[in-house]
Amino acid sequence: MSPQVAGQIELLGQVLISGILLGGLYALIGLGMSLIMGVMKIINLAHGELMMVAMYITYGMFTLWKVDPYVSLLVVCPAMFLLGIAIQKFLITPVMNADSVLPQNQVLLTVGIGLVLSNLALLLFTANYRSVPVSYASKTIYWDVKAGGQTISLSFSYPFLVAFGIAVFLGAALFLFLGMTDTGRMIRATAQDKRAASLLGINTKRITYITFGLGAALVGAAGALLDPVYYLYPQIGGPFTSKAFVITVLGGLGNIPGAVLGGLVLGLAESLGSVYVSLGYKDAFGFIIFVLVLIFLPKGLLGKGRA
Amino acid sequence: MSLLELRGVTKRFGGLQAVGGMTFTIEKGEILGLIGPNGAGKTTIFNLINGFLTPTEGEILFKGELINGLKPFQVCRRGLARTFQVVKPLARLTVLENVMVSAFSRTDHRNEASRIALEATAFTEMEAWRDRLAGSLPLGMRKRLEMARALATRPDLLLLDENFAGLNPAEVEKTITIVRKIHASGVTILIIEHNMRVIMSISQRLLCVCYGEKISEGSPAEVANDPRVIEAYLGAAHA
Amino acid sequence: MTKSLAAALLSVTALALLPLFVSNTYVLHMLVMVLLWVLLGQSWNLLGGYTGQVSYGHAAFFGVGAYTTAIMVKSGLSPAMAWWGLLLGGILAALVGSVLGWICFRLRGPYFSLSILALSEVLRLIAVNWKDLTNGAEGILYIPAFNSKAAYYWIILALAAVSFLTIRAVMRSKFGFYFLAIREDQDCAESLGINTTKYKLYSLLISAFFTGVAGSFYMNYMGFIDPGIVFSLPDISIMMILCTMLGGAATMEGPAVGAVLYILMSEAFRVFLKSGHLLFFGILIIVIIIFFPQGIVGTLRERWAGRRLRAASPGISKEVA
Repeated sequence: MSPQVAGQIELLGQVLISGILLGGLYALIGLGMSLIMGVMKIINLAHGELMMVAMYITYGMFTLWKVDPYVSLLVVCPAMFLLGIAIQKFLITPVMNADSVLPQNQVLLTVGIGLVLSNLALLLFTANYRSVPVSYASKTIYWDVKAGGQTISLSFSYPFLVAFGIAVFLGAALFLFLGMTDTGRMIRATAQDKRAASLLGINTKRITYITFGLGAALVGAAGALLDPVYYLYPQIGGPFTSKAFVITVLGGLGNIPGAVLGGLVLGLAESLGSVYVSLGYKDAFGFIIFVLVLIFLPKGLLGKGRA
Repeated sequence: MSLLELRGVTKRFGGLQAVGGMTFTIEKGEILGLIGPNGAGKTTIFNLINGFLTPTEGEILFKGELINGLKPFQVCRRGLARTFQVVKPLARLTVLENVMVSAFSRTDHRNEASRIALEATAFTEMEAWRDRLAGSLPLGMRKRLEMARALATRPDLLLLDENFAGLNPAEVEKTITIVRKIHASGVTILIIEHNMRVIMSISQRLLCVCYGEKISEGSPAEVANDPRVIEAYLGAAHA
Repeated sequence: MTKSLAAALLSVTALALLPLFVSNTYVLHMLVMVLLWVLLGQSWNLLGGYTGQVSYGHAAFFGVGAYTTAIMVKSGLSPAMAWWGLLLGGILAALVGSVLGWICFRLRGPYFSLSILALSEVLRLIAVNWKDLTNGAEGILYIPAFNSKAAYYWIILALAAVSFLTIRAVMRSKFGFYFLAIREDQDCAESLGINTTKYKLYSLLISAFFTGVAGSFYMNYMGFIDPGIVFSLPDISIMMILCTMLGGAATMEGPAVGAVLYILMSEAFRVFLKSGHLLFFGILIIVIIIFFPQGIVGTLRERWAGRRLRAASPGISKEVA
């Protein structure tokens, strides 16, 4: 193998790795939204802002008390869970059944919530970029592969690797939770048919609170994991909401494995696209895939259906 | 040439067959009743004729022309109207405006549409309700609105889907009168109905469907006494 | 001529005479912005409030309109000639609208809303990255053609009035009935003989046209645009929705009322608080949706009870938002 080919393979390998690692994180972000959309059939356009809130909490804990982001997960997740419940209970539920000319008022409501959250952050923290400079932020793990007489050097970003691992863990935990616990079963029942579920004695209102809380906790976890590697600023949420939505549609609503797959697909698409096509259009790839999937694969990548 | 003809129409949803090998005709000026136990596929047949669903196999011919795969609005333009079992009023418009919407399928002018709508509401005896918001109507009047709207499209064939469900006896009588009026004005009718008394007295011919397949066809008396029909409704013990 | 049409024409005439008495440039600027947002709100309302297709992507059309004019000037046309950009901007925006509609109208409800949002963002990214055409993030700058604010005021007044009359005429025609039917129940509409895809496209075309015209005007008036301003999701797309909802969707007066309040509030924030206006608008959106989903005009209409008011409303008795 010639050095040039090896170089190409190395680049491709690197791009694929970045894409997958990023995809794991994206999957975590998408999981929360997919759950919310699957159960309540509402689109949470404040999803990215919830992540932003978690990021600021993590930042605060690191700056004030030197708490490592991975440790602060133990605080961030429950906190976001409670925040999610509060939002669902006090803001979204009152609107769920209201009748008005403009359909999907709930969606617009979440837009309002998102605006409030990001601008509160702006007020409290200013627009300055913040960072969580942990010692391992740029730590890299190298893996040399010998092939065809050449050495291909692949590097893995340590924080992304850890994030990927934790995302996988959380995803599996969620899957088990939904599949094997009573609450999980109730959530799935409510997602399939709310009215039937309530007729069967399930307190669907409480389920919606828990679901939103879970969704918020998941995206909050993603935020904490993202802090070591991303600059933090109040508007950071926006693009991630879009990504979450793309992943949700790719995977099919409320479909856990689908959301994971969707996250990976998005991560890979962005990684490949930004290197081989154009960096400036990185965010566009997600959008384009999104629209294409909506049109040609209305049931998502796994054919499991849409609301 | 029959007004409507179904030839071997089958509809499958994945592995489930909702309608199988449905073949029948309706002649101009007839009233054909469609009966069968719940879930037999009657509304599916309507959805196939109307264009909401496309047949997996078979052909549907209206006025001699194939209408498989046409969109509902195209089927409507050809002269085929239907009412919905689950009523769909345009809630925030008045009754008159609702009917004007369908009247516009025959004209582009507001005045003409208004005239047609006034006629249709008079015909279905809804004059008193003209300015009421459709969303505020009681069930009986909503069903009447469905008929008025369908009429305003000047159909040759009218599909009535359980228009009598949920009506009290007085409303049932009134609706029977209106259906007969519609028929007398030259409209062919295909009606799904569970109320046996109604459908037996209105229909000239009956067709019984069970599990998506035709099990009996003939005059009301013939079909009502057909052992297969009795078995379908009441179970084999009574056949 | 109905009472309300007469009222509308009277107010337009009164407004037209205004610059003869008011020469304060700040006040005129505020009036120009109000009228611009009246135009924007009305355009969005046709598709969103009347046809029931809630678009989160109208910034796409605003931006196309703005950049049409901007590129005309950048390629050498004098700013005075660039007023033709108004028409061209509107037409191009309508063309873009037909493409976006063709793609997105396959989807319903929130999926439509979000797919058009996605495509609007794609357009923004194109505007940022296609530097040869648009100057990218630096934007395009030139000196406006007219010196007096009054000239711009009359232009935007004329545009707002034309759009008002056009939309009013459309809603009183077959198109209007069809749009409302689509909003109320799309499947039912199909059964009643309406080619819903075609009519949704018509609604979008008109809506996009006027939004593009507004964008074009904005370029000519402000003299500077960049992708972040004119293709902006929060500042344009979402504020168009806010204006309409605040005033009352599916009413003819709603967008105007909403525009006035929106500009007043924006300005109050800019002057007194320097920032935080988006926070306030976020809270406002939440409050409106929970407590006043019909907007100001809609809620007032409901309070004063339908029939008498409906008869007096501009010919569209269906305006019971």
